[in-house]
Amino acid sequence: MSWIDIGALDDIPLRGARKIKTDVGCVAVFRTDTDEVFAAMDRCPHKGGPLSEGIVHGQSVTCPLHSWVFDLNTGQARGEDAAITTFPIRTEAGRVLIDSLQLTGRSAA
Amino acid sequence: MTQKLVIIGAGMASGRVIEHLIETAPDAYDITLFNAEARGNYNRIMLSPVLSGEKTYADIVTHDDDWYKSHGVTCRFGEHVVRIDRDRKIIEGQNGTVPYDKLVIATGSAPFIIPVPGKDLPGVITYRDLDDTNAMIKAADKGGKAVVIGGGLLGLEAAAGLAERGMEVTVLHLMGHLMERQLDEAAGYLLRRDLEKRGITIKTQASTKAILGQDQVEAVLLADDETLPADLVVMAVGIRPETRLANDAGLEVARGIEVDAQMQTSDPDIFAVGECLEFNGQLFGLVAPLYEQAKVLAHTLLGKSDAFIVRDTATKLKVTGCDLFSAGDFAEGAGREDIVFRDPSRGVYKRLVIEGDRLIGAVMYGDTADGNWFFGLIKDGTDIDDMRDTLIFGPALQGGASVDPLSAVAALPPEAEICGCNGICKGTIVNAIQGGAADLGAVRAQTKASASCGTCTGLVEQLLQVTLGDDFQMPNAQPICGCCDLTHEDVRRLIKSQELKSQEAVWQELGWKTRNGCPSCRPAVNFYLLADWPLEYRDDPQSRFVNERKHANIQKDGTFSVVPRMWGGITNPAELRAIADAADKYNVPTVKVTGGQRIDLLGVKGEDLPHMWADLNKVGLVSGHAYSKGLRTVKTCVGTDHCRFGTQDSTGLGIKLEQIMWGSWTPHKVKLAVSGCPRNCAEATCKDVGIICVDSGYQVGVAGAAGMDLKETQRLADVTTEEEAIDLTLAFVQLYRENAKYLDRPYKWVAKVGLDWVKSRVVDDLDERARLVAAFELSQTIYRKDPWAEHAEEAQKFQPLADLTLEAAE
Ligand code: SRM
Ligand SMILES: Cc1cc2nc3c(=O)[nH]c(=O)nc-3n(C[C@H](O)[C@H](O)[C@H](O)COP(=O)(O)OP(=O)(O)OC[C@H]3O[C@@H](n4cnc5c(N)ncnc54)[C@H](O)[C@@H]3O)c2cc1C
Ligand code: SF4
Ligand code: FES
Repeated sequence: MSWIDIGALDDIPLRGARKIKTDVGCVAVFRTDTDEVFAAMDRCPHKGGPLSEGIVHGQSVTCPLHSWVFDLNTGQARGEDAAITTFPIRTEAGRVLIDSLQLTGRSAA
Repeated sequence: MTQKLVIIGAGMASGRVIEHLIETAPDAYDITLFNAEARGNYNRIMLSPVLSGEKTYADIVTHDDDWYKSHGVTCRFGEHVVRIDRDRKIIEGQNGTVPYDKLVIATGSAPFIIPVPGKDLPGVITYRDLDDTNAMIKAADKGGKAVVIGGGLLGLEAAAGLAERGMEVTVLHLMGHLMERQLDEAAGYLLRRDLEKRGITIKTQASTKAILGQDQVEAVLLADDETLPADLVVMAVGIRPETRLANDAGLEVARGIEVDAQMQTSDPDIFAVGECLEFNGQLFGLVAPLYEQAKVLAHTLLGKSDAFIVRDTATKLKVTGCDLFSAGDFAEGAGREDIVFRDPSRGVYKRLVIEGDRLIGAVMYGDTADGNWFFGLIKDGTDIDDMRDTLIFGPALQGGASVDPLSAVAALPPEAEICGCNGICKGTIVNAIQGGAADLGAVRAQTKASASCGTCTGLVEQLLQVTLGDDFQMPNAQPICGCCDLTHEDVRRLIKSQELKSQEAVWQELGWKTRNGCPSCRPAVNFYLLADWPLEYRDDPQSRFVNERKHANIQKDGTFSVVPRMWGGITNPAELRAIADAADKYNVPTVKVTGGQRIDLLGVKGEDLPHMWADLNKVGLVSGHAYSKGLRTVKTCVGTDHCRFGTQDSTGLGIKLEQIMWGSWTPHKVKLAVSGCPRNCAEATCKDVGIICVDSGYQVGVAGAAGMDLKETQRLADVTTEEEAIDLTLAFVQLYRENAKYLDRPYKWVAKVGLDWVKSRVVDDLDERARLVAAFELSQTIYRKDPWAEHAEEAQKFQPLADLTLEAAE
């Protein structure tokens, strides 16, 4: 693993998300009401909706375009045969760290 | 010959006896009914909702004067019975005597008064009947401090009701935790915490030494010499059977009037029913066993054989938001095993007590949905060995039964009890439904199910649905979503009555099953909170859909559209230039004139939004809220300024309305229009509020629409001045804000409440109109401002949090 600091936890709205740009595309970084963080591709497998603009509830996010619901732990869409790729992410002393290997590896391959 | 039946006490138990008699043998007895209270039977257990203001006395009357009259019951209300003469078989009332063949004593209980100095001071009230309730309501009107002595069911319901009415309430409880007869310590703690959150002070292990005051209560003195100032003292430390008449008459009385299983006292012509009796050494203080007694007594009086059997009872507290349930025996003991489940974040606690292979007790707090199921297992002595591991998770996880509540109800056996108060089982209800009872009211009337405390209403409705399938429409009773069991209307009502002022309070107090709602309920709750508590609660962008959070409409490719406000459809060269410049600068692919008299810049990148808004702000262009459940456009026509037919200044009025109302949030979008004459070029007759100017003034129409449904406006009122037209508009919109279900356009809401109801508040009641206008104005002091200007200052929030593409390139 290779953790990179992407910003302060407080830069992400509580029960909200921000996106980061990476070589594999935009990645959405979510913060739940209890300050858990999750990261996943910012593209809905349905019609490409930006998940970072969705409503974050519990440990799930609902796509802003047509309301598919994704479990942020697994990336699985509820009731659909589809999933989003998730990425290892954690917080440390109020900072948010993401594993950069997964974000670069794929584009090189 | 018809026999003379005299009944002393028109309470819940005797009321049920009379019903049974009238149903099965209306001519068997000539009934005379005495009641010390100056009224007939009402649902005493609903006094607490009356105290808290959720219900009125009229709502809880079970038998009114007409009912007694039409069934030939002679009523002597407001008259105490003072003596029973068993030798002459005569009753002495305050106003004269009545002979009897059979006599029923149904005098209920008297509140227990602790024998301390000062107990008789004015301002010391017990909690038993409507007069007590009204006395408390009256005392609470003056505000001030209340001390409730007793932290059991009655005391806490009184405390909650008084707190709801604005009093500063302290509860004194002798024991270590609240409701110790029904709850264990953990549940008692959660209950205490919830009550404290409402501002109620709780003192346990508090013993009252005296009540102080000159000619009115002034304070309560505790054993540890602490003095608590009090304008009102409610004594709710317990009840004892009202046995004075029976005692004097020489009947056998222990703690209560002793009866056998046929409800007969030691005198074969005298019977007792209700809280005044004692059976096998037991007293009764909840309605379920009393109703059972009433049925047995009716049978006895009609010469049918029947016998009363004591069954377990379950308790709930009727303080909305304090969800507790307890049943059976939950004391610890050798050979007993506990299963405990806690969810601290939701304030949920559940404990099951098992002895051998049987469930013998259950205590639950915070989530009591499975209470009746556990209660069934306790009563039936079901062998639970097979499901021990998953028992605590309730019926949903047992034997492959589905989590879907409907299938769970469908799977219940016919003898499963649905209505605990009245002891009505599923089979009885299903029979009634199959026999033609097609809605809740009919089921209630025929079976009594859900007619007492009402907690089983949801179950009865599910039975209706299971039995009738598509023929049954759950009328407005759908819960908001899977996160809670309450309807939108209930949630709105409870947010107001319980003064819930934060999302957390709503989740906790109204028993949300999820951590913080879902995309269906959270935006609704966010709106209800901001509409009801404009100063205390602020709009939460994270509880809004993307358009309202970003203040722009998201497009299918993830870009946004920008629609600046053009007041009343009027613009000028400077604004048009700024729009053209912005379109150039940010490479806007499409510029379109909207159906709402303004210009849409479509295809703007999220990152550019704050910069574009800042540019538009410079010439005074602000958000058009083309994205919001709030005021959209006010369409106008050119009116008297230019048009040869114009009668009033339609453009001016439209602009005024838009400037007053912009920025306001509403349950769904709100569109206005003002046309200068009945030719109606601004299409005012299909708007949420549409005003048509005429020679004599203004015709104000409401509840129109031209979206998925086409609705013509209905006339709210005709007025002569512009001022009135504006006030009517604001009052109407505020009434809509305060009452409508989230995502109901005004036309849907008006269809539910009726235009007459709206008129009576907005048009006829001038005080209410003024209040509504003032409430709208108060809210606008917070929301009448440009969200674009605010967000433009935080442009960094619209940029990616980090750009890792650069690092990866290294
Ligand atoms: C831009 C505009 C179409 C246009 O190019 O003219 C428009 C565009 C949208 N309308 Fe509309 N409506 C527009 C005028 C109308 C009108 C005509 C009017 O207002 O005079 C109507 C019918 C009148 C009415 O509302 O009664 C209209 C009835 C709807 C409805 C159906 C509402 C209903 O209650 O039935 C929706 C769906 C909704 O709100 O749930 C809708 C929803 C939408 C949304 C917001 C769909 C969405 O959620 O993304 C569209 C956003 C497009 C975008 O990306 O910006 N739009 N929409 C018009 C903006 C007017 C403005 O200046 O604000
Ligand atoms: C505020 C409150 C909340 C409650 N909540 C619940 C609950 O949630 N669930 C539950 O199961 N139970 C609850 N109860 C208890 C329930 O109300 C009683 O168990 C029930 O009302 C008792 O019925 P009863 O007919 O025996 O007596 P009552 O209903 O008390 O009726 C007795 C009547 O007899 C009259 N009377 C007495 N003496 C005389 C006389 N000498 N001459 C003429 N009339 C006389 C009295 O005025 C009274 O009207 C609650 C009670 C109260 C006060
Ligand atoms: S009618 Fe309105 S909602 Fe439908 S496509 Fe056109 S703009 Fe979009
Ligand atoms: S694009 Fe996400 S649900 Fe359609």
